[in-house]
Amino acid sequence: MAQNQSEIRYLTPPSVEIKKKKYCRFKKNKIKYVDYKDPEFLKKFLNEQGKILPRRLTGTSLKYQRKVAQAIKRARHLALLLM
Amino acid sequence: MLNSYETVFILTPVLSDVQMKETVEKFRNMILESGGEIVNDENWGLRKLAYPIQKKSTGFYNLLEFKADPSFIGKLEVNYRRDERIIRFLTFKLDKYALQYSEKRRSNKKEQKEK
Repeated sequence: MAQNQSEIRYLTPPSVEIKKKKYCRFKKNKIKYVDYKDPEFLKKFLNEQGKILPRRLTGTSLKYQRKVAQAIKRARHLALLLM
Repeated sequence: MLNSYETVFILTPVLSDVQMKETVEKFRNMILESGGEIVNDENWGLRKLAYPIQKKSTGFYNLLEFKADPSFIGKLEVNYRRDERIIRFLTFKLDKYALQYSEKRRSNKKEQKEK
């Protein structure tokens, strides 16, 4: 029994994902207001198609995620970001 | 009680410079007449739109930061809708964090100008 356990070879090496501690960038550098006028900053929260990234990827807290989402929608309204 | 607001509007690129200045003047006077006070006026000039609005792909962006009483905002928006030179507008009430942000932004904009 013991042998075939050790014989089990994985096709792909089990990739242990190094756990990077996600932090909310707004709490860290004490940003209080998300400006809807500068698209460069907002682009960090969008994927290629221009969709808003979920919190689990960006790691932002709920309070600031809502502010970012609101700012992105205003920027889209003003044609600063791709609809 | 005067709240501070910030409005951004886009003018059609078809306009000549004179017409563009005249529309901006029109809205500035409206704010001043109604007892408001203009804090900051930025003209971002001709910019490419991210998506075409009314078949146009560029527009004149203009930002007006002002203090006014709340009843005036309804009137301002009606005039925006009525004026056909303006293809899109957004008015935004500045809370205290937004106010600090805009002051900081204005101060480092001035520094850039002086440099």
